[in-house]
Amino acid sequence: MTTTDVGGRAAPPAAGPGAGVGPQGLAPTGRGVKGGSGLTPYLFLAPYLILFTVFVLAPAIFLIWISLHDWDFLLPGKPFVGLENYLDLFKSGTVSSGPFWSSMEATGKFVLYSVPLLVVIPMALAILLNQRFPGRNFFRAAYFAPYVLGVAVVGILWHFLLDPNVGLVNYYLDKLGIDANIPWTTETPWVWAALVGPTVWWTLGFNTVIYLAGLQDIPRELYEAAKVDGAGRWAQFRNVTLPGLRPVLIFVVTTTILASANVFGQPYLITNGRPGIETRSAIMHIGQVGLREFRMGEAAAGSLILTLALVLVSLVTFVAFRERKER
Amino acid sequence: MAQTAATRAPAERRAARVTAGGTRGQSPLRRTAFYGGLILLTLVFVSPLLFMLSTSFKTDVESVSANPTWIPKNPTVEGYRFMLSADQTPVLRWFLNSLLAAAGQALLILAVASMAAYALARMEFRGRRLLTVLILATLFIPPVSLLVPNYVIVSQLGWLDSLPAVIVPGAAAAFGVFFLRQFFISLPHELEEAALLDGANRWQIFYKVILPLSKPALATLALLSFLTNWNDFLWPLYVLFTPDRLTLQPGLSTLQSAFTTNYATIMVGGVIASVPVLIMYVIAQRFVIEGVSRSGLKG
Repeated sequence: MTTTDVGGRAAPPAAGPGAGVGPQGLAPTGRGVKGGSGLTPYLFLAPYLILFTVFVLAPAIFLIWISLHDWDFLLPGKPFVGLENYLDLFKSGTVSSGPFWSSMEATGKFVLYSVPLLVVIPMALAILLNQRFPGRNFFRAAYFAPYVLGVAVVGILWHFLLDPNVGLVNYYLDKLGIDANIPWTTETPWVWAALVGPTVWWTLGFNTVIYLAGLQDIPRELYEAAKVDGAGRWAQFRNVTLPGLRPVLIFVVTTTILASANVFGQPYLITNGRPGIETRSAIMHIGQVGLREFRMGEAAAGSLILTLALVLVSLVTFVAFRERKER
Repeated sequence: MAQTAATRAPAERRAARVTAGGTRGQSPLRRTAFYGGLILLTLVFVSPLLFMLSTSFKTDVESVSANPTWIPKNPTVEGYRFMLSADQTPVLRWFLNSLLAAAGQALLILAVASMAAYALARMEFRGRRLLTVLILATLFIPPVSLLVPNYVIVSQLGWLDSLPAVIVPGAAAAFGVFFLRQFFISLPHELEEAALLDGANRWQIFYKVILPLSKPALATLALLSFLTNWNDFLWPLYVLFTPDRLTLQPGLSTLQSAFTTNYATIMVGGVIASVPVLIMYVIAQRFVIEGVSRSGLKG
């Protein structure tokens, strides 16, 4: 709930590592205007800092604390158990480890299937839209439109469209002569398409808009120069567009991985984790264990593992992109 | 390049057309294909929404017909009438709750984030750099990590199953401070200095000089905050339980489990949850898109 995104992504505005290094990043902000007593700045900060302490800092530390206890929300006693919650998750064959790692695997698969599409298609679309032509803003607005909807609307809508018996998707496939009655929402491998497809539909516009902003920052003279050198469209793309987009690309890849790893509403509403718990994502699992069954110690340990995994993945992405640049 | 002027000229002309000229100067056939592709894509993005709207005006029986139609055969507002009076799924109540939560949180964010961002952007005090780093670093904390502990905190505050739970904690997110700080830094110092010479205090400068200058940024932040809260699903799904205390998004999940394949009824809920944000989007499209892309890039 501390995300500030429009549509359920990991904070789109949140700077990915790539975006955080701009000159305005954390650099000192220049001169401040003098005046006011020594207390004034703290008074201005106080209301936000109270919220920040109670709902961001405290819970971040509290998470670790909970994970070290057998913390059943409904029971009065919450005994300290050290690292037992973690050990249970890492020991194979315990009640908690199986479903947890299954949910991590589902999350990983979803990232693997959705991220390439969400990195490549929007880039192509942005390049298409970056030309000057009448109606450009209209098309940009149309492609972005699904992104302003909540994941719950996207979920119930696509659950309907992908209904095996009465859904529009199977109806049109049938018209095309594919009479398969595909069980989109209940069986592998179809469930993955039922999660990835709607996600691409929903969030593609966001990445497109980010790429477009990046494309507009590439100086036109570079294209002119490339043309003078006789570069065709492909050569221009490889030698001007791609290098020019690199910071934006890092941002898009990182935020898209994080957003996809935080997937929740789609499996909750479209597949409900089926078949079995195969498409139950990590957050779905943590919500179920921690906030429905109230085994919060176990859920907290799982949250921490997931968080560390996400931090690790974004660091790896960042480093990988940087190295390719140096080579 | 070892090209003569004569061979280079046509190549240049052709290339110039590609980036600068857009579709102008293309053959009618190519232009038709270009627009045909764009319109096809538009249909892909917009038609599911139109089908949701159309289904909401069907009867439940027609919504599960084996031959779905884009225009209802017997258009009816029965679904809407039913939804607005149902006891277990009080959609009107959810709508009001969502409105209160989203507007309340947007106002709270504007108030606390603007003050904090102003102090961080424009005042000199001990610990400023440390605080800035600390606050901005939390932009990287995945929201899931705070889910369980914040549930306990909110329950300790006695806020479970009530609106404060979906208004207050989310206002602690660092995004508002980050967004406004960037904007305040870009404002010229001269006006503040003049006001200071006129004897204005910090609060007066903030209230009478800075905030009026920041209207576009404040409007964008309010809009993005409203949309975010209106669309939030995960958190309200777990902290609200009583049917008449839900907001729309968790309410939609309730609808799906309660009405399973009565899709006309479920789509009524979807339409009610989408129309406000789509209207806001149509009116303030530039603000939304530019707000999103600007905040995404100027880390």
